[in-house]
Amino acid sequence: MLRLVDLVKQYKTGDTALKGVNLEVPDGQVMALIGPSGAGKSTLIRCVNRLVEPTSGKISLNDMELTSLSQGQLRRARRRMGMIFQEYALVERLTVMENVLSGRLGYVPFWRSYFRKFPQSDIDEAFRLLARVGLDHMVDKRADELSGGQRQRVGICRALIQQPELLLVDEPTASLDPKTSRQIMRLIKELCEERKLSAIINIHDVLLAQMFAERIVGLQLGEIVYDGPPDGLTPDVLTQIYGEEDWEATIEKVDEDEEEDLDAAPKRAAGSE
Amino acid sequence: MPVTETASDKLWKRRDRKTQLTVWGVQFVCLMIFVYCWSLVSEKTIWEFVYDAPRQAGDMASRMVPPAWDYMDKLWLAIWDTINIATLGTLMAVVMAFPIAFLAARNTTPSVVFVRPIALFIIVSSRSINSLLWALMLVTIIGPGVMAGVLAIGFRSIGFCAKLLYEAIEEIDTTQVEAVTATGASGPQILHYGIVPQILPAFAGISVFRWDINIRESTVLGLVGAGGIGLQLNASINNVAWTQVSLILLVILGTVIVSEWVSAKVRHAII
Amino acid sequence: MNTANMKSRTWKKPPFIESPMLRWGLVVGGAFYLALAFGTMDVNWGRVADGIPRGQRFVSAFFPPDFVSRAGDIFDGILESLWITIISTVAGIAISIPVGLGAARNLSPRPVYLASRAILAISRTFPEIIIALFAVKLFGFGPFAGFIALSVGTVGFYGKLLAEDIEDMDPSQAEAVRATGAGWFQWLNYAVQPQVMPRMIGLGMYRLDINFRESAVVGIVGGGGIGATLLTSFDRYEFDSAAAILLVIIGIVMAVEYSSSYIRKWVQ
Ligand SMILES: Nc1ncnc2c1ncn2[C@@H]1O[C@H](COP(=O)(O)OP(=O)(O)O)[C@@H](O)[C@H]1O
Ligand SMILES: [Mg+2]
Repeated sequence: MLRLVDLVKQYKTGDTALKGVNLEVPDGQVMALIGPSGAGKSTLIRCVNRLVEPTSGKISLNDMELTSLSQGQLRRARRRMGMIFQEYALVERLTVMENVLSGRLGYVPFWRSYFRKFPQSDIDEAFRLLARVGLDHMVDKRADELSGGQRQRVGICRALIQQPELLLVDEPTASLDPKTSRQIMRLIKELCEERKLSAIINIHDVLLAQMFAERIVGLQLGEIVYDGPPDGLTPDVLTQIYGEEDWEATIEKVDEDEEEDLDAAPKRAAGSE
Repeated sequence: MPVTETASDKLWKRRDRKTQLTVWGVQFVCLMIFVYCWSLVSEKTIWEFVYDAPRQAGDMASRMVPPAWDYMDKLWLAIWDTINIATLGTLMAVVMAFPIAFLAARNTTPSVVFVRPIALFIIVSSRSINSLLWALMLVTIIGPGVMAGVLAIGFRSIGFCAKLLYEAIEEIDTTQVEAVTATGASGPQILHYGIVPQILPAFAGISVFRWDINIRESTVLGLVGAGGIGLQLNASINNVAWTQVSLILLVILGTVIVSEWVSAKVRHAII
Repeated sequence: MNTANMKSRTWKKPPFIESPMLRWGLVVGGAFYLALAFGTMDVNWGRVADGIPRGQRFVSAFFPPDFVSRAGDIFDGILESLWITIISTVAGIAISIPVGLGAARNLSPRPVYLASRAILAISRTFPEIIIALFAVKLFGFGPFAGFIALSVGTVGFYGKLLAEDIEDMDPSQAEAVRATGAGWFQWLNYAVQPQVMPRMIGLGMYRLDINFRESAVVGIVGGGGIGATLLTSFDRYEFDSAAAILLVIIGIVMAVEYSSSYIRKWVQ
């Protein structure tokens, strides 16, 4: 369980991005964090793994207090939290496999990572994950040769190979087309279910949030203004989060259209090898 | 405001009066500085020599042809030395510039207050001093020879390579570094997985670029005794052996052209 | 389904050069070259060992350097270097403007283009110091020779960059101005100049910096400036004066670099 208590973040520029946020995410829950640009969504999840240092407040993950950790302890704590980024943030000049294995950096000593001599168990797990997302035929491709959707799948593998307890996902679909967006969101959700992971997913797209998350938290100007189930997002609530607009069209329930099933991908890939 | 309205017309000028005056003032000051400098230099010039120079040049040129082709036998070793000075010097510079660049880059330096200024000072000193001056110092200290040349080229190039490299480091994509940090990687691991892959192409390009420049510079180090083909050039000029001089100039020309071609090819292959 | 057969799959980082022949060829060739290069270097180790105390003396000469005992020479030399720097930069740039225009393929007729490119190639190939060597033979000792050498170097450097910049300019802007019926010089003034000016001012400052550093060495072959003073102090093993001169050079280069970055910001 992840618990944020009175979390405040004030940047050096004076912007108060988070104004005392209290939040609990139980184990295995997939939570979507929605809100307009600048609401503080990225700041919130970056405070959790301390890529951004919180100004005050407490964060604990399964009874480990994260805000008071030393540098070495922080490294070990970061292994327990996988992060997925908006622009994928793959190291572009490394191969797919190297990018995935970089998720193990917190576990292996420097010499091993330097000579790319990762333990065989890590390599097995990398192949397993890549097969799961349908990319095991591209292990030696360089990351900058991949399409957006493929890159994000590599990013997901990198986060999962850490064996995390929690996924921090920052707008995973913002750079993707609508169809790929859904595939990626479904993949994240399925993987969370398979591995009993909890996740915080920052997302712009209210529809996607409703489709794939079991709980929605609305953030506005650094404060939580909604916390509840997906179908509680009424036009009034959305107005409160995003401001005045015609929201009827947005919440209208869409049928899940038939999409390419991701589970078919590894079979196809294996067949073509 | 360049547009002014009078009773009848709207006037437009390129600049308003104050800017225009400033521009004229700056131009005038520059002109005065130039004229003053020119007068100082011209004071120290013997103009008879200058007027006579075209005739002298013609005379010199006529004594340079044909080049003494058989002198070529003695030049091969000098060419080999010249190339070695450039190559080994570049190698030395690149190896030393790499850590210095990381100490100088704002985003990787261990301390902006203490370490960065030292690294920057090393870079500036190395760059400010021409390779010929480095050679002069090193010949005085360790004696004439190829080794002084290698060190001179090396010392001069450290600053050049480190400067371009640290600028490249400061421009890297930070989200890639963040992603590696978020996995729980240690400092050296972040450097090796998040930063080095991003700057490697720049690093290779800079090395080849500097090697090309160094070939050119190592042709003259011999003038102060630091080895290479400059030694022969100096000797031939002192012996007024103009046909040898013209051959050496042709050889330098050839070496420079070939090195330029090689570096263009290599750079093309890496990038 | 494929977890079972994947247990044994290993992974190695794909090598940078795929063909093993080429890869090992390069490694062996590189090692061979290094061995040969060091083998033929012919170092007089005795002399190098002698150099260690001298090197220590040189380094300690920086703490503190001696600005005083040759202050007059240093001052004159530095000033002369500065004069040479300024006039050669100005003259070199003035000459390189027509040459650079001529060497831009999108501007000049073929014969002019080729002739200008030839001028640039010749003035770029030889290091300034070699040009200075000949200039001293032709014009006599003194700053005029240094001035000629640095001007020639400036033409080669600046003219080439100017030509490249003009070749890279946005053709649609140039066309639009031409379409107004502007004459050739008007066209240069309104279409070409605004596009290349900011970068060229920056490069002019950069060349000023280079010329100052070069002006410190043309003195070694008699081309005027601080180089001669430096050579004398080294010849007499007056390391503390040499240290002072080097520090002055570093200081001026830093000042030029700092002010040029300031000016560049101001222009853009
Ligand atoms: N590195 C930073 N420095 C200063 N202010 C920042 C920084 N990052 C974000 N902010 C400010 O914090 C607020 C929240 O930003 P962010 O967390 O990125 O919002 P979101 O991800 O919801 O769009 C904004 O007002 C933004 O300007
Ligand atoms: Mg954001």
